[in-house]
Amino acid sequence: MTAVLFDNVSRHFGAVRAVDGVNLEIAEGEFFAMLGPSGSGKTTCLRLMAGFEQPTGGHIEIFGETAEGVPPYRRSVNTVFQDYALFPHLSILDNVAYGLMVKGVGREERRKAAEDALAMVKLPSYGSRRPGQLSGGQRQRVALARALVNKPKVLLLDEPLGALDLKLREQMQEELKSLQKSLGITFVFVTHDQGEALSMADRIAVFNDGRIQQLGSPEEVYKQPKTRFVADFVGSSNVLPAKLCQKLGVRSTYASLRPEAIALSAPGEGALSLNGTVSAHSFLGAVNRVVVDVDGARIAVASPASLVVPTVGSPVTISFAAHELHPMEDA
Amino acid sequence: MRSDRLNRSPLGLKIAAAAGLAFMHVPILLIFLYAFTTEEKSYQFPPPGLTTQWFAVAWNRPDVWAALTLSVKVASIATAVALVLGTLCAAAVSQTRFFGRETISLLVILPIALPGIITGIALRSAFSIAEFPFSFWTIVLGHATFCIVVVYNNAVARFRRISGSLIEASMDLGADGFQTFRYIILPNIGTALLAGGMLAFALSFDEVIVTTFTAGQQSTLPIWMLEELIRPRQRPVTNVVAMIVVLVTFLPILGAYYLTRDGDQIAGGGK
Repeated sequence: MTAVLFDNVSRHFGAVRAVDGVNLEIAEGEFFAMLGPSGSGKTTCLRLMAGFEQPTGGHIEIFGETAEGVPPYRRSVNTVFQDYALFPHLSILDNVAYGLMVKGVGREERRKAAEDALAMVKLPSYGSRRPGQLSGGQRQRVALARALVNKPKVLLLDEPLGALDLKLREQMQEELKSLQKSLGITFVFVTHDQGEALSMADRIAVFNDGRIQQLGSPEEVYKQPKTRFVADFVGSSNVLPAKLCQKLGVRSTYASLRPEAIALSAPGEGALSLNGTVSAHSFLGAVNRVVVDVDGARIAVASPASLVVPTVGSPVTISFAAHELHPMEDA
Repeated sequence: MRSDRLNRSPLGLKIAAAAGLAFMHVPILLIFLYAFTTEEKSYQFPPPGLTTQWFAVAWNRPDVWAALTLSVKVASIATAVALVLGTLCAAAVSQTRFFGRETISLLVILPIALPGIITGIALRSAFSIAEFPFSFWTIVLGHATFCIVVVYNNAVARFRRISGSLIEASMDLGADGFQTFRYIILPNIGTALLAGGMLAFALSFDEVIVTTFTAGQQSTLPIWMLEELIRPRQRPVTNVVAMIVVLVTFLPILGAYYLTRDGDQIAGGGK
């Protein structure tokens, strides 16, 4: 079943087209990521789902029901906010039980449910504390428990890992992923971190300027970027300009080529090759990043660290299999 | 290097500070002192003798009680009106964006910046033009104009500290507007409202200028005191009442100070 449906949805603020003609279909139980730079419309889409914004055009459905005009408190959707938005005057337990309290669930029952939710996010004995006494990572877990205790059909997460340090972020990525699997709830996740989106999501929508540039599995988005923006934003694909595409016999104006698909050696059977000069290189641990200048276009090559790096200025031949070259739309 | 030397202030500065504080507060002590004097016609120093009889005299004078009740009533109602209107206004200005928002914010604060005499004359002529008889309610209205400002200022500062996502989070978790106000907004602005209300009460309680323009035949406590000073009889009764006024206004202001002192943490702003 379709959990969230966007049919040509727009949200304009005066002349600003925050969301401009977005089509989306998120399946039930899916872990869906909306990826894009700030101001790309991904957060506005999330707020449209939560009900904090109303579309200026198009149609939204949540589990088959029309969402336009339905206030946030009547939607079976809950949000984990970027700043967590824990209520500072309530204890952790009361924070988690808040949703049940306003729905009129009895004191004992909501207390039990809140304690279970806190145990689920591994903060079982923190109920009596205040939000101010918790670390960032702990607050994030409380925010998660506070949303999940309401058993939402869709959980919206607005850059939930943005305020955490790297180590904690990686740990939370795994936990979120496994929590989503075990609960089977649809997660819609907003992030500007492509690594996060790639490692967690079942499908990714890449946003730019209020529009979806590409929608697909992490592998598709990573390996076959449809537009130059996606190639640039998701990872670091090389975009070959028209000149080189012509030379290689590609029909579209631009084509993408992943740095790790290129070898610094003479072409084998059926492979394509280009000649250039090494213009820079840097050591990145497992690989050396070598930038090769081919007719003025800078092409990055990820060369295994075990191989010898040619000196800057020396001529070099780069080669790659023809199927690694992905034609792109002109945008 | 510089902090050590500068932290120790020179003797001259200490004396000047003490003199300044004494200048402000010794006269108040004198008022207290004259409440106990045996001389009733003039304030001679030192008092010829001390007595507590004026407390009994004041207690038994109906005009004192009438003025005191009127002042308490006016201050209470003006404060109540200010709490409702000031909070609503603060909520609108701090939580939403609309055309003329800054102007409204300025216009609300204006009555406290204007000299009381202007507010008083303006209200008096407005009431006259509208042929609105001067009464208890005209005093309340006059006082409400500046009481609203005090409540508004306190509430707006606190509203600004409530992060907008708190209200959204409450709605997201299923609370409608009324529940959000009751469970999230009110607990977070409660102390600010209490402080604002106490200040408003204290301001209203000792207001003279606006009151003289908006009152009919009634005398609030401060007006009664002004009238009493002209009469030569039982002068220390005025001092007894003055002591009560100081206590009644000082306690709320002290309370407001303590309530707002520890409010530096931003509600919901921490990460």
